[in-house]
Amino acid sequence: MANTVNQRVVTPEHLLFEAPRTKAFITGSEAASEAVRRANVDIAIAYPITPQSETMERIGNLFAEGYIRDYYRAEDEVGAFSAISGASRTGVRCMTASSGPGLMRGLETIASWPGHRLPLVFLIMCRVINAPLSIQPDNLELDYMLTSGNILLHGENQQDFFDYTLAGFAISEKCEVTLPVAVAVDGFFVTHARAWVEMPSAELKLPPRDCYSEAVPMIDNENPPVRIARDAPIQKSNFISYQMHAAWQQEIHAAHERSRKWVSRYINGLVEVVNPEAETLIVASGSAVSQSREALRQAEEMGKKVGLIKVKSLRPFPTAELRAACRHAKRIIVPEFNCPGWLNREVRATLYGHSEAKIADGPRVYGGITMPTELILEWLFKSE
Amino acid sequence: MNGNEYRVKPGPEGLLPPAAACCGVILPEKGQGLVEGALKSENDTLRVMARELLTRQNPTIFPGPLVLWAWREGVADKAASVLELANEIPGVRIIPMPDYRPIYPKIDPEAVINPCHPNLTIWHNKIEVCVFIGVHCHFANITLKMIRAGTNCYTITLCHAAGHEDSMASLPFADANQVRALTAAIRKLKREGLRPRYADTPGIQLTAAQEALSQGLVWQPAPVA
Repeated sequence: MANTVNQRVVTPEHLLFEAPRTKAFITGSEAASEAVRRANVDIAIAYPITPQSETMERIGNLFAEGYIRDYYRAEDEVGAFSAISGASRTGVRCMTASSGPGLMRGLETIASWPGHRLPLVFLIMCRVINAPLSIQPDNLELDYMLTSGNILLHGENQQDFFDYTLAGFAISEKCEVTLPVAVAVDGFFVTHARAWVEMPSAELKLPPRDCYSEAVPMIDNENPPVRIARDAPIQKSNFISYQMHAAWQQEIHAAHERSRKWVSRYINGLVEVVNPEAETLIVASGSAVSQSREALRQAEEMGKKVGLIKVKSLRPFPTAELRAACRHAKRIIVPEFNCPGWLNREVRATLYGHSEAKIADGPRVYGGITMPTELILEWLFKSE
Repeated sequence: MNGNEYRVKPGPEGLLPPAAACCGVILPEKGQGLVEGALKSENDTLRVMARELLTRQNPTIFPGPLVLWAWREGVADKAASVLELANEIPGVRIIPMPDYRPIYPKIDPEAVINPCHPNLTIWHNKIEVCVFIGVHCHFANITLKMIRAGTNCYTITLCHAAGHEDSMASLPFADANQVRALTAAIRKLKREGLRPRYADTPGIQLTAAQEALSQGLVWQPAPVA
């Protein structure tokens, strides 16, 4: 039987960049599970929710095939994310996944992962947050993730979902990072649609997690140096207790800064820039990038030069990269699949004082509406 | 330098100084060191560390769990190298950080340093230069931030991993060889004529708590205030 025992361990660099790849026409859910097949995962725990369910069902199949050492369906998202916390503390490689309302249910636990310095990978298949009840695509939940302390990558397509998931494990477990990595894609557009995905051989896998080389001790009752509990409540009412908690929070932000090097290395930069010399720019992440690419092509057919900045990493946010890429811009639009416009807010805050470009407050669609390229073109040129 | 002007100097820096990593200080690669926020060669970093250890008040080594127990091959040798280092620093003290949990109702600052209130140990013992070794990076980092905020202690880190932006001098990927290289740098400085601040009190100095233990007395923690 094919299983992880028969796979050959290679470095993350070899698996991500050097190993020969073959193409497969697969869904995003299949791409994510194929990444997990090659990730040497010890345990996967989740609670089903649309549109995440198909991925976790396929990861259950990986358990049956012997590619994952343990797997179960938790009682709900609070249970799933808490169990993953415990698993990560014991030093094993672990992953979970959720969507919109499920993510919101477990948000307290999700926001506790970074403070506990828990390496893990969290797949987010974005969907509307209820109510009213809907299962349609919308990435509002990423707004809540932005200040959760998790590293947050936003994939454009099925290929990104495969590559970012594999990279997430490697980034998460670096000693100077030691943080959870959330890999998000827009539900249905990516998870349930097929596209060509290039993948290295399934006979290869990542090295196992080296939990004794991370920033905190693991819970290991056999090893004296780490037979110590950690993260006891810091709630004694005196200044120094407050200061420790403050320093602890600073350390999470510092770890994000340190992660820039590894995020950039493993996903080929925090941004991708197309037509950097253009004065009219689109800044987008996730599926909005794909729509923007097509709008850019149509604009070129109309004889208009438009640039595109694909934001791959939301946390750490590509501050320096965005400022550099926008230094010649005169007009910027930020297409998004959510109502509040969290990327627009990030872009404005980042470029404030660093660009003279006018930043349009849109376009945005939400609640399951698709983003027609005509809408992007209209916003691009309506000032003319 | 890393293209930014932020400097990580001894404090006290005040209420809540920023994390150096968020001010543009980046970690050194293998073969490099970090001195006050600037990238240096390993040799230059060792020389700075050696000078500070020989000239500042009450040099102290803070060994953490990763060198206090021989839990892995190579650790015993690394611990031996720490003792060799201590023997070259006249007047040095060794105060361990064996555990990261808060110690309530209060710590004995002569017995341990604790990441929940490291400044108590620094203040009580009037430590103006210290070496962290074998402390897990997360706990070293938060401790270093608090020391820099509230004390004037010069912090040195011999890190088994990627190093520490918030210490004044940091060497990454430090195994027993790097510890012995620091010992050699200290010997070289002394050979070059640098007279250690505590030249007249050579050897490792015991704290009162350690003295009591060494004499076979039953040591009790400090009474609760």
